[in-house]
Amino acid sequence: MTREKRKKILMSGNEAIAEGAIQAGCCFYAGYPITPQNELTAYMAKHMPEAGGIFIQAESELAAINMVFGAAACGSRAMTSSSSPGISLKQEGISYIAGAELPAVIVNVMRGGPGLGNIWPAQSDYFQATRSGGHGDYHCLVLAPSSVQETYDLMFSAFELADKYRNPAIILSDGMLGQMMEPIVAYGKSHMAYGNNKPLAISHKPKKWALTGCLGRKPNIVKSFYLREGDLEEFNLKLQRKYQIIKQKEQRWEELFLDDAKIILVAYGTMARIARSIVKTLRQKGKKVGLIRPITLWPFPEQAFTQYSKRNTQYLVIEMSYGQMLEDVRLSVNGKNTVEFFGRSGGGVPTEEEIIKKIK
Amino acid sequence: MKKVFSYPKSLRNVPTHYCAGCGHGIAHRLIAEVVDELGIREKVIAVAPVGCAVVAYDYWDFDCSEAAHGRALAVATAIKRVRPGNIVFTYQGDGDLAAIGTSETIHAANRGENLAVIFINNAVYGMTGGQMAPTTLIGQKTATTPRGRQANLEGYPLKISELLGQLPAVKYIERVSLHSPQEVNKTKQAIKQAFQNQMDNIGFSLVEILSPCPTYLGLSAAKTLGWIKDVMIKEFPLGRIK
Repeated sequence: MTREKRKKILMSGNEAIAEGAIQAGCCFYAGYPITPQNELTAYMAKHMPEAGGIFIQAESELAAINMVFGAAACGSRAMTSSSSPGISLKQEGISYIAGAELPAVIVNVMRGGPGLGNIWPAQSDYFQATRSGGHGDYHCLVLAPSSVQETYDLMFSAFELADKYRNPAIILSDGMLGQMMEPIVAYGKSHMAYGNNKPLAISHKPKKWALTGCLGRKPNIVKSFYLREGDLEEFNLKLQRKYQIIKQKEQRWEELFLDDAKIILVAYGTMARIARSIVKTLRQKGKKVGLIRPITLWPFPEQAFTQYSKRNTQYLVIEMSYGQMLEDVRLSVNGKNTVEFFGRSGGGVPTEEEIIKKIK
Repeated sequence: MKKVFSYPKSLRNVPTHYCAGCGHGIAHRLIAEVVDELGIREKVIAVAPVGCAVVAYDYWDFDCSEAAHGRALAVATAIKRVRPGNIVFTYQGDGDLAAIGTSETIHAANRGENLAVIFINNAVYGMTGGQMAPTTLIGQKTATTPRGRQANLEGYPLKISELLGQLPAVKYIERVSLHSPQEVNKTKQAIKQAFQNQMDNIGFSLVEILSPCPTYLGLSAAKTLGWIKDVMIKEFPLGRIK
């Protein structure tokens, strides 16, 4: 795919998601309004048709995810977005997408819960995203940006990984990252074609399993239903083998000041921004603090932790939740180091000061 | 000798799992014949329901997708939008289209998506063991209306086709039946009209087919056809609705 030169733009995290998706070849978007991601839907409404793609404001979150299923079944790069309560609605559809091995991108701009909650940022959907929030044994790839630039960049990864593994990929953002504005370096015009009976995104390899009409081949069936005895187990084993490969190959994380760290903070998304600040502040005071920032939440970057198992380091997990990523850190550390926790949820963003107090 | 009748190319020559006297076999065949006659087998993308016809894709010989229960019209909307040159149809039962899928049905119709919708109305939920459907008649006994459907508790049989007929973007709705050879022929014509409408870019077209489910009506196959003719049609009159 030829992309035009990169230029610097000021945009919000929500807009960066939409712009990144379009640049990455997304040619189908269906969504429903929900705060705090409405800028994303509005951006798509304006720019997706300009880029030659399809925008639909669906009648519900449920309809939107099923539209994504349909577009993905035809081989198109398809996406939906919502915030926590709306993502709950999509869980059935995501399970079907995983079960039919379709590539798709789902964006969750997290807000406080449970229930209607509020519209402030939170990180309370980690379990939902990483533990297959819908029914069945499946996993979504989960990517967690920590800046507007990374939000834009991870859209390309999300679509590529979704296509590569025929699997749904979730972008886990939050209300803070969605609303904040930062200058980013982005590509210019997108390149897509729109035509009768032609795939909309011309830049990607055609998918031989996709539904395009059976001209010149045997008919394709897109399904997640295996009724005959033994067939579903065989299919599940196939999924598990896929997930093993993803776990081996796709773990991503960032490290900051780890060489001599006695205390290692573990944080993602907005909390990683605060953690970075804490590390800088405490390092200036001579305290040996570092940071592991998971970028993939599934597969969780276990490899980042196994390297420090022999050391006498202590981990401090900080989340806008009551201990969700904490469990994955504990599993990765496997009892070799102590793991402490600081969390606040319900829409509040913790301050540097209150976390530093906990460290002291 | 000239061959005047054979298996349609679009129907796989395999035994189906449907009950004796079920209308699905006839409906599947009529669709296959229409697809062959219109020469569109290689353009068709079908969306199968959840219900007895969940495995319809094993019986047809063209591209097909499943859909979660009730969501076929959302799935089909997207397929047609990203592949406007293909012929896209959904095949749905009364629960799929008029209970759990009501919202997706109404909104796909209201947006005027250029789709053909084949709606199989047999007044009961077959696959799960004969529970009440939105179209179950008052007094009809089912697994979840053991005393017979009562209006004050379960409401009235839902005339989704008449409701959809109110929408300006809906271009064609016809209710037909499978209870006699003449009606089967009319059903085929209606199906053909719906597909032709899509090919001509006319817009949202729906064919409601009154279909026999002898197993859960608790009648013989022949008596079920009689029930459709004498009882069901009184509630669900045949003919062009839009």
